[in-house]
Amino acid sequence: MYTAAAIAILTTMLLAIIRALKGPTVYDRIMAVNMFGTKTVLIIAVIAFITDRYDLLDIAVVYALINFIGVVAVLKFFGEGELSHGGDDRR
Amino acid sequence: MIAQALDVISWALIITGGAFGVIGGIGILRMPNFFTRIHAAGMAETMCAPLILLAMMLQTGWTLTTFKLLAIFLFLIITSPAATHALAKAARHGGIDPNEVKETYEPGDRAT
Repeated sequence: MYTAAAIAILTTMLLAIIRALKGPTVYDRIMAVNMFGTKTVLIIAVIAFITDRYDLLDIAVVYALINFIGVVAVLKFFGEGELSHGGDDRR
Repeated sequence: MIAQALDVISWALIITGGAFGVIGGIGILRMPNFFTRIHAAGMAETMCAPLILLAMMLQTGWTLTTFKLLAIFLFLIITSPAATHALAKAARHGGIDPNEVKETYEPGDRAT
C-alpha cells in the first residue's frame, strides 16, 4: 500500500522537477519547487511507514515548516528585491 | 473486520490522493500559461497530501504517530493555499499577464 503511494509521489516529484528545470519564468520555478517540497514531506512520511521508523515523522513536520517559510521568503526576495523591508513604507 | 474495512478505506484514499498528485504533475507540465499551471499545482497540493496523510492516520489508530500526522495535515492544509495565493499575487505584481493564452517566449512548447 505504501509502495503504491511512494511510486505516485515520486512520479509527481519527477514531473515537478522537470517543470522547475524548464520553467520560463522564475515564478514557474518557485511553484514547482513548492510542489516538490510538499511532496518531499509526503515521501518522508511514507518512508517512515515503509521502514517502521516513526521518528522520521518529526523530520517531516520540520520540513513542512521550513518549506513554507522558504517559499514565502523567496517570493518576497524576488518581489521586492531584498528581505529587510516591511510590507508598508516603514523601514 | 474493522481492520479490513480500514484497509479498504486506506487503499481508496491512497489511490485517490496519488491520482490527484500525478494529474497535478502532468498539469503543471502541460498547461499553457502560468496561471493555469498554478491552478494544477494548487489542486495537487491541497488534495494529494491530505488524502495520503488521512490514509496513514487510519492505519495507525490512536497513537502519538497519529498526532504527528495530524500536525502535518493541519499545517499543510493551512499553508499550501496560502503559498499558492502568495505565489499568484507575486506573479500578478511581477508583471505576468493572466489574459495571455499562449506563451510567446518559449518557442519549443506546443501549447494550444
